[in-house]
Amino acid sequence: MRKPVTFTLQLAFTLLVCAFLLVPVILSMLAGVTANFFQGLGSGLTLRWIGEVWGLYADTIFLSLLIAGSCLIVTLVIGVPAAYVLARQGGRLARIIEETIVLPIAVPGLAIALALIVTYGGIREFRISWAFILVGHVLYTLPFMVRSVLAVLSSIRFRELEEGAASLGASFWQRLWTVVLPNARPGILAGSLMVVTLSVGEFNLTWMLHTPMTKTLPVGLADSYASMRLEVASAYTLVFFIMIMPLLAAMQMLGRERRVRQPQNTSTRP
Amino acid sequence: MTPRETPPETTAVTLRACAKTFPDGTRALRPIDLEVTGGETVVFLGPSGCGKTTLLRLIAGLERPDPGGRVLFNGEDVTARPIEKRNVGMVFQSYALFPNMTVRDNIAYGLKVRRVARAEIDARVTEMMDMMHIGDLAARRVDQLSGGQRQRVALARAIAVRPRVLLLDEPLTALDALLRERLRVEIDGLLRRLGITAIYVTHDQAEAMALGDRIVVMSHGAIAQIGPPREIYHRPVNAFVADFIGTINRVPCAGSDGDPELVFRPEDADIVAPHEADFSGTVTAAFFLGDRTRLILAGPGETPVVLDTRERTAFDHGQSVAVRVRPDVRMDLAAMAEAGTAP
Repeated sequence: MRKPVTFTLQLAFTLLVCAFLLVPVILSMLAGVTANFFQGLGSGLTLRWIGEVWGLYADTIFLSLLIAGSCLIVTLVIGVPAAYVLARQGGRLARIIEETIVLPIAVPGLAIALALIVTYGGIREFRISWAFILVGHVLYTLPFMVRSVLAVLSSIRFRELEEGAASLGASFWQRLWTVVLPNARPGILAGSLMVVTLSVGEFNLTWMLHTPMTKTLPVGLADSYASMRLEVASAYTLVFFIMIMPLLAAMQMLGRERRVRQPQNTSTRP
Repeated sequence: MTPRETPPETTAVTLRACAKTFPDGTRALRPIDLEVTGGETVVFLGPSGCGKTTLLRLIAGLERPDPGGRVLFNGEDVTARPIEKRNVGMVFQSYALFPNMTVRDNIAYGLKVRRVARAEIDARVTEMMDMMHIGDLAARRVDQLSGGQRQRVALARAIAVRPRVLLLDEPLTALDALLRERLRVEIDGLLRRLGITAIYVTHDQAEAMALGDRIVVMSHGAIAQIGPPREIYHRPVNAFVADFIGTINRVPCAGSDGDPELVFRPEDADIVAPHEADFSGTVTAAFFLGDRTRLILAGPGETPVVLDTRERTAFDHGQSVAVRVRPDVRMDLAAMAEAGTAP
């Protein structure tokens, strides 16, 4: 008798929380396509603001994509081999290195940015190029790649798989390309999505590191909030959502696929 | 598919003073010398931690012996060669099948790596799958296989490359008892048919006796005894070997020849009239097993005596039983130890 009441209350509370979180988002996105926000939706829907955002900020979108792509390449090239070596070595030293790599997550982004400026700020060409921002993003996203690949490597017992391949005559590179990397793929994929998502959305670090010529999307957003009319800022937010949502959805799906596959694996094991 | 062409030239494996100390200082193996003749099946038997797997990994090339140790294949020094250059086949306890490949691709892997022509790979893989009765699993993924099927795939994969030596590391441990028995018979048939040099690691004495031409009993990183199964069972060199292979009784009582201790297997004693007996004991448990009855006796010594008898009568708890050990099959551990462990 009491259960339905409890359930109803829980449902109501959950919906309330969802509304609290979602309504501002939806309103903001609606504002981006409303002709005049102060007159409300009655003023009609328009794509004008999105067009204006494109005109004003297209370069920030492209720069964000360029930095995210480059960041992905760098973290793949550094992170995957690093995770492999760490997983292979094991022991205390490996754990210390792993923790050190994770430090940039704990340290505030502003502090990292400051450290980068203090250290490299004098090299003018570097300071004003987008590569400066890239370095910050790599520092910040690398731990996510390393951790993600490490987790998968330790779950697939890759040492045994490698020994199996070696016993069949495979050289180190053959083992790496045909056995280790394909089986580590879920981790590499999850790490990649994480890196791209974080890089596209990163603000703290980037705000400190950017120059007027190297604005990324989030920095542009802050700029538009401060200086543009509300509809333009909202339309910009909408563009950001459209870019980031597929990435987040893919990340969720990948996570689910792994969770579904794992119990299946153990159940077929005798 | 096609019957084997001329049996391949077999490979003898020789170990010279192979010791192994791990980086953390653990001494896994004391210096070991061992000869495995071509085509022979040798089983490394011992409790966990005795060094049997380490010794196998030395032969495989997955571990290097401490300086001074040498591994020879047909007299050729392969100590410095890593496993991928030794042309061995290996079956791992966990099977180590590649989850990203189908059964067929797993079996073909060693041939692909060797850049064998595609047509020949196809033919050989099909032959292997037929031989192991897994032809209908070709397109399956590894995680869709049962334990026994995985085992067969692992075997097929290891022998597809026609290795010089086949190394098996506790290949049946992960399976249930019934399947283990069946695969044991299959592996035995396979090894005889291939005529390949095989080294098999197990902690299961029944497996060792069934499969080994010779058994190497290991204890604490050293070889305790080497010999054919019969010799190991009937003439163990010390109490450890005697205990590890089968059950053994040690009764402190003077036998007819004046030994201080009677050492015998449960099946090597008879129930006799009291005046003929070497000793007597009281029944504390009796298990009727069909072909025989296993009695546990509280005997003259501190440890209970285990006796297998073919008597058809029932035994009661507390009943007194007079036992005579057959004089010809008594074991003399002291004398055996003196005779040494010469293989």
